[in-house]
Amino acid sequence: MDLEIELRVDGTEHRLTVDTRTTLLDALRERLGNTSPKKGCDHGQCGACTLLLGGRRILGCLALAVAHQGADIVTSAGLADGELHPLQRSFIAHDAFQCGYCTPGQIVSAAGMLREAREGWPSAVSKDPGAVDVVLDDEEIAERMSGNLCRCAAYANIVPAIAEVAHR
Amino acid sequence: MSDVTARPRAVGLPMDRIDGEQKVTGTATYAYEWPLDQPVYLFPLQSTIAVGRITGVDGALAEAEPGVLAVLSHLNAPTLTRPDDPELAVLQSDEVAWRGQFIGAVVAESLETARRAAGLVRVDYESRPPDVMLRADRDDLYSPVHAAAFGTGGGELQDGSPADSVLGDVETALAASPTMVDATYSTPMYHNNPMEPHTAVVTWSDGELVVRCSSQGVTMSRALISGVLGLEPARVRVVSPHVGGAFGSKVYPHSYAVLAAMAARIVRRPVKFTLTRQQMFALVGYRPASIQRIRLAAGRDGRLTAIAHDVIEQTAKAKGYAEQVGVCSRMMYAAPHRRTTHRLAPLDVPVPTIMRAPGEAQGMYALESALDEMAIACGLDPVEFRIRNEPEVHPESGLPFSSCHLTECLREGARRAGWDRRDPAPRSRREGRWLVGTGVACSTYPSPRYPGNAATIRIGPDGRYTVRIAAADMGTGTWTALTQIAADALSVPVGQVEMRIGDSALPAASVAGFSAGINSWGTAIWEAADRLRARLRAEHDGIAPPEGLEVTAELPGGNPEAERYAMHSFGAQFAEVRIDEDTGEVRVARLLGMFDVGRVINPKTARSQLIGGMTQGMSMALFEHSVLDPRFGHVVNHDFAQYHIASHADVHAVEAHWLDQPDPFTNPMGAKGLGEVGIVGTAAAIANAVHHATGVRIRELPITLDKLVS
Amino acid sequence: MRPFRYERADEVSAAVTTLVREPEAAYLAGGTNLVDLMRLEVMTPEVLIDVRRLTSDRIEELPDGGLRIGAAVTGSDLAADLRVRRRYPVLSQALLSGASGQLRNLATTGGNLLQRTRCPYFQNVTTPCNKRAPGSGCSALEGYQRDMAILGASPACVATHPSDMAVALAALDAVVTVAGPDAERRIPLTELHRLPDTTPERDTVLERGELITGVELPPPHGAARSRYRKVRDRASYAFALVSVAVALEVADGSVRDVRIALGGVAHKPWRAATAEAVLRGAPATRESFMDAAAAELSAARPLPGNAFKVPLARNTMVSTLLELLEEAR
Repeated sequence: MDLEIELRVDGTEHRLTVDTRTTLLDALRERLGNTSPKKGCDHGQCGACTLLLGGRRILGCLALAVAHQGADIVTSAGLADGELHPLQRSFIAHDAFQCGYCTPGQIVSAAGMLREAREGWPSAVSKDPGAVDVVLDDEEIAERMSGNLCRCAAYANIVPAIAEVAHR
Repeated sequence: MSDVTARPRAVGLPMDRIDGEQKVTGTATYAYEWPLDQPVYLFPLQSTIAVGRITGVDGALAEAEPGVLAVLSHLNAPTLTRPDDPELAVLQSDEVAWRGQFIGAVVAESLETARRAAGLVRVDYESRPPDVMLRADRDDLYSPVHAAAFGTGGGELQDGSPADSVLGDVETALAASPTMVDATYSTPMYHNNPMEPHTAVVTWSDGELVVRCSSQGVTMSRALISGVLGLEPARVRVVSPHVGGAFGSKVYPHSYAVLAAMAARIVRRPVKFTLTRQQMFALVGYRPASIQRIRLAAGRDGRLTAIAHDVIEQTAKAKGYAEQVGVCSRMMYAAPHRRTTHRLAPLDVPVPTIMRAPGEAQGMYALESALDEMAIACGLDPVEFRIRNEPEVHPESGLPFSSCHLTECLREGARRAGWDRRDPAPRSRREGRWLVGTGVACSTYPSPRYPGNAATIRIGPDGRYTVRIAAADMGTGTWTALTQIAADALSVPVGQVEMRIGDSALPAASVAGFSAGINSWGTAIWEAADRLRARLRAEHDGIAPPEGLEVTAELPGGNPEAERYAMHSFGAQFAEVRIDEDTGEVRVARLLGMFDVGRVINPKTARSQLIGGMTQGMSMALFEHSVLDPRFGHVVNHDFAQYHIASHADVHAVEAHWLDQPDPFTNPMGAKGLGEVGIVGTAAAIANAVHHATGVRIRELPITLDKLVS
Repeated sequence: MRPFRYERADEVSAAVTTLVREPEAAYLAGGTNLVDLMRLEVMTPEVLIDVRRLTSDRIEELPDGGLRIGAAVTGSDLAADLRVRRRYPVLSQALLSGASGQLRNLATTGGNLLQRTRCPYFQNVTTPCNKRAPGSGCSALEGYQRDMAILGASPACVATHPSDMAVALAALDAVVTVAGPDAERRIPLTELHRLPDTTPERDTVLERGELITGVELPPPHGAARSRYRKVRDRASYAFALVSVAVALEVADGSVRDVRIALGGVAHKPWRAATAEAVLRGAPATRESFMDAAAAELSAARPLPGNAFKVPLARNTMVSTLLELLEEAR
């Protein structure tokens, strides 16, 4: 079954007809030519397809496109608005990746995570669940980023890359 | 001896990655992402039995689905040229040799349709019970023969070395020894699991085949693919500029590319095919499981008198693969009496392949665990015990090492890790509910140079250089490091050098593997640069001519010095672990590695490789484990939710340091390999630390909490 | 994935009517588990009825001091809600210990309760599974058992329920509100999920067409301190081998009130009523905690591949109780 939907991706409006089975990830990659989000597992188990949906980080592989009619989506390609996003610059400076396949997802996830922290959301390692302010130490960053796997295992560079931006 | 200090300028600088901006924005083009006109999608059929034969294929329901273009099986597949590598003989018979093997494919207009239709194909089988369990007491163990490069290379093990080695009389030495260790260690199947699944995007045009895939070596990929398809290599082009991780699994496995090429020929459209994560557990290799018995004997002086390392490892009946698990015991420590053996258990399992530090990753877990046990038995500090047993020369071949600074690594690593504050008694340190322990192990990997490399350098009239070589960057930083090497070899700033890699249309290159990449490609580039500089001087007064000038250096051979020197990277790794006494949860608070990897080309990317290897080593030690179901023959935990690789939260302090001592013989840059050495020894350092923390010796990886909870 | 029709209802009653009418329909909320299972063809609905905008996505105060959580509230919003964090920390901790930030942003409270087991044989359509294909057999009984149940399992099924949130809700005496074809009803959380018995294909007591509309939390218990402790192989982004939700109130050295639920050990969130009974009124000591854990786990029937879960569950219960006791001092 096909349905027509509208998506706003990295600031550009798109109208397209999709199979109801098509995920946001496949709609972006196969239909709209935006291959910034990656397919690493297609089951919500790796984080490579992380997108910002209305400013919140989600996984494109588990989101059916038809269920997100009119969605406002940002990918890592869209984070770079004319010039690189501070997280992107920091990732390069810290060499916070090797193969680069999980990287756009890591960066989008980090952008969403920083916003969550600014809003005072706790994490599983937060010492006081009732505290209003979040102190993003390395342990907090690592826990909050754990939905983004990196097989090259650049973790020990990714956390400082994010911390530098978080503490700016 | 090469002049390794002549022109250092870019080499040694922590340059940012050349492809960094593309990677952080997600605009680097990986194989599946090439824009194509009117592509079609392939979804494979996999056998749902482990052993037997296919008795019927009914594709009628699939063919009736709107948008389905073809249903392939052995009944209608094109005949392939018989390959050296039997894994590549895709859809050539009705035989099923392992569960999950390719038995067909559906090609359709959309990804969704192809996948759905694949599930509608009905396949009937005659099935036999599978035999998939590796045990030491099997009666069908055999000694590997001629396994290198699947029978095309010499030697008995995959790396070309003999299956067995003997010096002196191990049994007598063991019997006579005052102190002995006799222990058996086992390692499970591990899957490489690069983040980017294996992919082939195939286009036929005018009898020419273009395969965009994710490859560790496009020259070898072209040879494998053209060979099995019966095409002249010149009519096949393999393109792979960016590789989303590989760790060995993108060297040999290419059955998916063969399947896609067959389909593209039938439907006469560009075919896109990428494996699912689950399919990767049956189709693109893995590190085979091993059972390793190690026996050590030592004298009262704490010097080893005998080392025996007997390896049993799993292989597939479909294709013999014999990994060099015990070769580390041939070179790490001195002892007059020594023996290594390798035996294979042929099983109805998917075909194994190279995985980061093949051989040493498993072998050094066993050897370095046994060393720890022996140091304790001798009452010696494990750092001092290792230093005391370091060999002067390679203990079997008698060749000197081209460079070996292992003692410095151990001493300097121990200093940085605060080893002198360690109380050697197990269970001597407790912090709240955590038992804390530290452990050490050594790392090593050969540093070979491969034959079959060529590099072309062209200087344009504008004085800019283009360097062309079919090398691969799987995240290793090849692009950047080779640019630095070329700049120094040419004595120009890096900004004047453009590097082109990852395309079989470029001059031939050996694979990115076995820590041989920079050594092999860098030497070819260095040679081409020398020749270009000489010709510029001799013919053009050192000035670029208006028409430009191009020089190609072909290096058909490997490193001639390899006949006179044993070449290895080394390292010492220190682990601090914390174990929850109630639950047995193991957390690695700190990993510190001190490495001897020759001259480091780019400290930034080198560090990433080393910490990446060490972290993978931790993942190997604590989490990873592919579970074979003996009834069905499949890997049960075949996805990222169940096959755990280390996550952010598992990683705390990971430090990689190196001595930066150039090797005089490996290559003109003085570099040694560093792609593998980081993962070698990590698991043993962690296992030794677990023993120190708890008093429990875990001889079976991974070290999961069920082995510690009580 | 089987082709399906996508529909969005305007009202709960319309959604329920559609689902009852269609022979093979399913509700879609966040989709984080359903889409996953549809891709594997473990679930093959012909119609998806999107209910994400249908039920409430708000958390509201109840007159008695409790909270009502709309079924469409995401895991993130629930975990971050200050009222939840301060009054029911065990619930916030449970949510935050599950899945990942991205998944919690999509997944809903109703969907979380109805997620299916992560048993690898259930998720693999090429292996027998009574839950997926009734009567085909249980592959896990003689297969890979690390994640399987030790309590309340049957010869037909040894799977575990994967939710962390549900374990905390079980300890908190939460009540699930459900809209159905006939009427609304309220189901105590501990009675929502079933034990497998001979019909493991049924995860819950919900009847066909019933839709979870919300979860109600009773007022928090006076001086109780609560905590969620999850034990797993990887430090994050992994399902529980064993988890424990505990609320403990101690007065004059004795246990005045205690609530314990276990995760990762059964086909449902396991309320440890036996342990609670042993503890109520008992001295708040390690010995009492050990006795209570032992009493609860005397019913455990582990498989060869998960026997470690018995000492693990015991130790986790005892150490979590001890931590809460320590804090109460």
